[in-house]
Amino acid sequence: MESRYFFLFLGRRLLLGILLASSLFMGGCSMLQQSASLTADEEVPPVIDPEVERRDIKVPEIDSENFEVGVYGGLISIEDFGTDAVVGVRAAFHATEDFFIEVAYGQSEAGRTSFEELSGAVELLTDEEREFTYYNLSIGYNVLPGEAFFGRKRAFNTALYVIAGVGSTEFAGDDRFTINAGFGYRVIVNDFLALHADVRDHLFDIDLLGEEKTTHNIEYNFGFTIFF
Amino acid sequence: MNRFLYTWAFVVLFVLAPTAVAKSEVELVVEEPFIELRTGPGRGYPVFYVVEAGEAITVTRRRTEWFEVVAPRGKKGWVHREALELTLDPDGFAIRVEDSSFGSYSNRRFEMGVMDGVFGSADVISVYGAYAITPNISTELAVSQGIGTFADNVFATVNVVHQFFPDKRITPFFTLGGGVLRTSPNATLVEVEDRTDEIAFAGVGLRAYATRRMLLRLEYKTYVIFTSRDDNQEIDEWKAGISFFF
Repeated sequence: MESRYFFLFLGRRLLLGILLASSLFMGGCSMLQQSASLTADEEVPPVIDPEVERRDIKVPEIDSENFEVGVYGGLISIEDFGTDAVVGVRAAFHATEDFFIEVAYGQSEAGRTSFEELSGAVELLTDEEREFTYYNLSIGYNVLPGEAFFGRKRAFNTALYVIAGVGSTEFAGDDRFTINAGFGYRVIVNDFLALHADVRDHLFDIDLLGEEKTTHNIEYNFGFTIFF
Repeated sequence: MNRFLYTWAFVVLFVLAPTAVAKSEVELVVEEPFIELRTGPGRGYPVFYVVEAGEAITVTRRRTEWFEVVAPRGKKGWVHREALELTLDPDGFAIRVEDSSFGSYSNRRFEMGVMDGVFGSADVISVYGAYAITPNISTELAVSQGIGTFADNVFATVNVVHQFFPDKRITPFFTLGGGVLRTSPNATLVEVEDRTDEIAFAGVGLRAYATRRMLLRLEYKTYVIFTSRDDNQEIDEWKAGISFFF
């Protein structure tokens, strides 16, 4: 042990000695040089004179377009209540080239169940309760970005995306926690306009017909958005 | 509500959209031997053109980490942020564009996110926005909807968040806040009036930097609802979510 410390100690002393000697030597050399060119009262210039100039950096104001807002319309199949028209608005924020978050609000109006049609006078829901409105917050991932060619001269950037999220559906007199999942196709037509085709399943629990069950309400829609 | 949304959509589409078209353009000069232009704003799009050193380019817009540039002879393509930083402005100044990597995470200012979880026995969805007053302390505004079997809630809260290690990838945080909660008992069960109560809460959580501008967030909050009844009501909430910072 002792010998190890000794060597360490010796090593450090040796290193210090070499450093000291070399700096003295260098100092001596530079003094010789200086004395040759300078008089005694002139200021000693720095030994190292870096030639690296400090670069000014500018942060240009570039218009960033990561937001997308738009409208859509299509059809939604409300389980047990037939298929009806749906319209909605959506806004998305593109966080990276892969991920985006989307907020959507849509509304439709449910039709009549087969039971209501057959029985004639029975009405399960009032007109107000038939209003079907939903909002959702979803995360999308552009799985297949690419280009689509229209004729010989036109190419459009496109993306097939998968999207899923949570939200709430107001239907049959109650708010229902809703999970949505689906996929869509986005075609960027020009600098600011994009066309969308989207398929989405809205899943929520409903106990309207006695027993609580999970319903699948599949929607498909077309729409356009504007990037800004 | 519907009328409001449609008005909003109208404003966005016909008032904001035209202003978005009037864009600011930036002229730059390529300094490196060359930069590559891609056909789209993504890593997979093919390189179709190369702009040589000394040639001027005009940057027209940015989408995420990609910039649309117009090269001499009208060639229009997309370059990545890293490539754009190898250009100079016409006066010879180096260019630096806002980065969205971990480096910019520690000096973020704004944040917005969505969260999902349980509020008592109800499912809850929240949207929040945050503003960082100092690296450690930020203030948040959140709107949540709780959807339960017996009652639905909508609540808006304001809170202060203290993050212990703001420059670490994962940091615990502590929060205190308050707000208002509107409860609507489900009509099918009993005919009860909606009620609005004040709420206060304390919470702890974890925030983790994921990638680019994205954060993951996990939190637990304990709420006290100051009801008009004899006893205050206490509710626990667990949530997980994703947020983005600017």
